[in-house]
Amino acid sequence: MTTMQFIMLFIVAAVAGMGSVLDECQFHRPLVACTLVGLVLGDVTTGIILGGTLEMLALGWMNVGAAMAPDAALASVVSSILVIVGHQSIGAGIALAVPLAAAGQVLTIFVRTITVFFQHAADGFAAKGNCFAIEMCHVGGLLLQALRVALPAMAIAAVAGTDTVNSALASIPEVITRGLQVSGGFIVVVGYAMVINMMNAKSLMPYFFLGFLIAVFTNVNLIGFGAIGLICAFFHIKNLQRELESAAAGPVRSGNPVDDIDDSDLM
Amino acid sequence: MEKKLTKGDLINIFIRSNFLLGSFNFERMQSIGFCVSMIPALKKLYKGEELNQALKRHLEFFNTQPFLATPIMGIIAAMEEKRANGADISDQTISGVKVGLIGPLAGVGDPIFWGTLRPVLAALGAGIALTGSIIGPLIFFIAFNAIRLLTHWYGVMYGFEKGTELVDEVGGNRMRYLTEGASVLGLLVMGALVAKWTTVNMPLVMSSYVNSQGDQVVVTVQSILDSLMPGIVPLLMTFACMALLKKGVNPLVIIIGLFALGICGYAIGLFA
Repeated sequence: MTTMQFIMLFIVAAVAGMGSVLDECQFHRPLVACTLVGLVLGDVTTGIILGGTLEMLALGWMNVGAAMAPDAALASVVSSILVIVGHQSIGAGIALAVPLAAAGQVLTIFVRTITVFFQHAADGFAAKGNCFAIEMCHVGGLLLQALRVALPAMAIAAVAGTDTVNSALASIPEVITRGLQVSGGFIVVVGYAMVINMMNAKSLMPYFFLGFLIAVFTNVNLIGFGAIGLICAFFHIKNLQRELESAAAGPVRSGNPVDDIDDSDLM
Repeated sequence: MEKKLTKGDLINIFIRSNFLLGSFNFERMQSIGFCVSMIPALKKLYKGEELNQALKRHLEFFNTQPFLATPIMGIIAAMEEKRANGADISDQTISGVKVGLIGPLAGVGDPIFWGTLRPVLAALGAGIALTGSIIGPLIFFIAFNAIRLLTHWYGVMYGFEKGTELVDEVGGNRMRYLTEGASVLGLLVMGALVAKWTTVNMPLVMSSYVNSQGDQVVVTVQSILDSLMPGIVPLLMTFACMALLKKGVNPLVIIIGLFALGICGYAIGLFA
């Protein structure tokens, strides 16, 4: 690896680390992070394919409320370095990604805990009206998140491709890497399950089955599903509107005997 | 002289809002990020002790869906502007608006952005990426960020323009329509993805015979399943995962379990 590649890799890893806490531009998602690592290391195609594979794995990993998801940033950056530099299989990349995601999760919990220190420092600066110092507390927390991915990535990059690492990776039996690749085809169901659970809308599940059935028995593409979904959403909202309006009108009418009769007729 | 926030101040808030979660911590979460986003407005409106108080006011607990924090920033900027010009708005009123909005906005934002938009775009992008095409990551990155930036921009601008009027709107029915509509769209597409964006191949041979035309016919587990209901295996797997997640099983444990299933299945020839 050239010095230039080391520097670029450091930047990509740092941006992915920042992305993992910011959750804005999505630089920490495998699809983006692996592609960028591939770009830096001169094998963008492998980066994209690994990114697509790991994105399926990480589809449901999201930070909702105070809950912490497994860490996609460290998993994507480090496993793509090892796969690309050491010419390993995509299966080996998947095998590496899961423990790395768990390790990254521990690291980010650690950083989010020590950032409490910046929080209290900011209180002190607020009392003095020092805006710049508060901004620096903010940047400090962000930089720690950058380093918690960039430093491990640099350490791995320094040894990636050496005989020791390659023989360690090569010692993973083929049945494991092939088996992992096979699982890669359906591992995304965990993500779908997380997303469906998060929406927590049992009454809307018929729409899920409708989508499933249309997909199974027709050749509609994803754009088509988007359009069908919008039409369903339109009718659903219309229905909901009617329901809420009649519910809102309910208590007002309750004193009126005529309307009471109407209501019972509807039952 | 009346103190006014300019378009430039609002643009500054919009830019800073992109870094809301930078110093996320387990004590007050997005608190410093919110304060830093409001600093352009606070500096313009207050001096001396009043500024210290304003900074302190916005370092309290804050946590919501990051894209939908922007309407709160807009509303608070409008309230602070009125307050700086002598309107009778207490600390409690401002805190009340913030605390009152973070819950409902997270309730709307989480299913829309994390539950629908990102997984759908990511699955679309990942599907294309598996063929090695750069279009995959590009579609995901560009489409997601375009929608995100528009949300941030209109969040700040609309929030500022409407001010406290918007508080009632967030509590009203329109937000519920938006959430449920997005969930309908999300679930429908998710159902399609379960069927289309998964690969399960079970070539285990059940029987093999020569038919009346003299052709060799091989019946595998997969061909039987395909004739009954294609995609039934990933569907059942999804339901199993939902049940396990509801029991509180860590998703990484489920992922490792599915990997073990894949490896064992491959070893005995059930999967390929």
